[in-house]
Amino acid sequence: MCGIAGLIHRGKSSKVGHELQGMLQALKHRGEDSTGYALYGDTDGKNFIMRFKVGENVGEGSTSVAEDVSVYDERKKIVDSYLAEMGAKIIKEERILPYSLRYEIEYNKKDLLEFSQKIESIPGVEILSMGKSLEVIKDLGNAKMVCDRYNLDKLVGTHAIGHARMATESGVDIKSAHPFWGYPFSDVSVVHNGQLTNYWNNRRALENKGMRFMSECDSELIAVYLAEKMRDGASLEEGMKESLTGLDGVFTYFVATKDSLGMAKDTMAAKPLVLYESDDLVAMGSEEIAIRSILPQEIDTYDPFDGEVKVWQI
Amino acid sequence: MANLKNVTKKTKAQAMGMHSEVLTGRTQQKFFNPDEAENFYYFGTYDVDFNKRTDLDVKNMTAAEANKELDNLMSQGYGTIVIKNPQGKHSLGVGILNKLNLIFEGSLGYFGMGSSDGPIVRINGRVGWSCAENLMAGKVVIEKNAGSCFGAAIRGGDLICKGSVGARTGIDMKGGTIIIGGDAGAFTGFMMQRGRIIILGDVGINLGDSMYDGTIFVGGEIGSYGSDAVDSELTQSDQDWLRRKLRVAEIGENFDVSKMKKIVAGKKLWNYDNLEPAEKKGAI
Repeated sequence: MCGIAGLIHRGKSSKVGHELQGMLQALKHRGEDSTGYALYGDTDGKNFIMRFKVGENVGEGSTSVAEDVSVYDERKKIVDSYLAEMGAKIIKEERILPYSLRYEIEYNKKDLLEFSQKIESIPGVEILSMGKSLEVIKDLGNAKMVCDRYNLDKLVGTHAIGHARMATESGVDIKSAHPFWGYPFSDVSVVHNGQLTNYWNNRRALENKGMRFMSECDSELIAVYLAEKMRDGASLEEGMKESLTGLDGVFTYFVATKDSLGMAKDTMAAKPLVLYESDDLVAMGSEEIAIRSILPQEIDTYDPFDGEVKVWQI
Repeated sequence: MANLKNVTKKTKAQAMGMHSEVLTGRTQQKFFNPDEAENFYYFGTYDVDFNKRTDLDVKNMTAAEANKELDNLMSQGYGTIVIKNPQGKHSLGVGILNKLNLIFEGSLGYFGMGSSDGPIVRINGRVGWSCAENLMAGKVVIEKNAGSCFGAAIRGGDLICKGSVGARTGIDMKGGTIIIGGDAGAFTGFMMQRGRIIILGDVGINLGDSMYDGTIFVGGEIGSYGSDAVDSELTQSDQDWLRRKLRVAEIGENFDVSKMKKIVAGKKLWNYDNLEPAEKKGAI
């Protein structure tokens, strides 16, 4: 089933980690196999923040194979050496969990494709996000568990999207969890609720054009699809509008960039979405109770119609 | 699967040829027997007094707790109940088989007032998906917007939304009336079998797709017609009925119903072909 939530503050920052945690926790009945956050924090914009994993969470319910921590250490060492090789300087390093790391990197090249390909050539290593504001954090368990595990409660930023997942078509693991980074574009992330029926056709076509897939989760297709459109010069909104016909199936998805948040709903309107919009805040989720977790007072909300695409700026 | 068996002693209904078998086991079909009408009991109903009024704050209750308390208040004879702080909770007010004046001061989540029979409800907020699904009788008024599958499979009663509604409004409805003050989404009236839908605003694509019967009235623009949905002439009788319905619903004051479009089933789908079922039966 899955649940998605997103919010954007216009003209101010807020504790988006805490707010999104509340929204996703309200949706936990829609799935708590894994939960993911894409948070756009307040930064000075100088350095890249790279969130990556060197292994999987092999806790209860996971479909991943257990590995020794020494394997993770070895992979981390190779990542560090590759970064040095590419001229990327590690400014700050945090190892949040044995398999999950956060680096602040000084890296001056704009094209992240070569960079990402090099890092991900190491078996078992995946970049969860790369950007100057975006941080993707995803792991097994419900929203509160993931928030506590990664200490996201205090993160201050302008906007965020998140996902509570009930695994249906792919494994219970971090690589299949949402949000997906819009590889190799800096600060682009996607969450999706629904099912895409032309996944393999689109995947084959995109792979032939050099795009990369890390999982077999159909939702990853949206991130790759939009990234490819933007690579060809389309704006985010144009790419989203094209996706209404390019993607087949039922879907509601959110996409976020460094300074914007967008939503798209398929032409069947088969997946739910409730939207609240005011001058300084847009909040949306699969169910009204997600919005109520941050706005308990009586508010005006509505369901966007079929085939609707909306984009908001911070 | 239910166990079918023949019975030797015929009830009056069976004698009249209305049916010839009974279902036993976990799923039992109980046929109404006119001889036992005076003993007929409608489960879950109470004698309530509309002048007896109380408030119920459900802020810290689950939906199950709130519905149980609602039932408890009706059992005490309260005929007017005001629900405070519903805050988008799902499944509030479901299964009320009673006359009752119910007011929600706020918004509901999914399946609000589902499977109800008889209450008069006013919701001073919005509602999520499947509001009043399977409504049998009564009246539900929503002051703001509604989600998708609004009034799915209703059998009777009046369902009024003063704002806009999502997709598949009135899907599979079998009776009653749905009135929308604003716009409606795609697949409105999808597979409807009976009843009427009135939309004062615009409506999305595939209006009345695969409808068996029933009538849809649209005041604004239509995105597209669904399979087998066709225009029909708006008669004077239709206009009189529309005016009366809108007046009673307190919606669309001064709305010019004479310009509304009337959509009905073209009855060209396979299910209207008398030959095909017989042919299929023969083949089986």
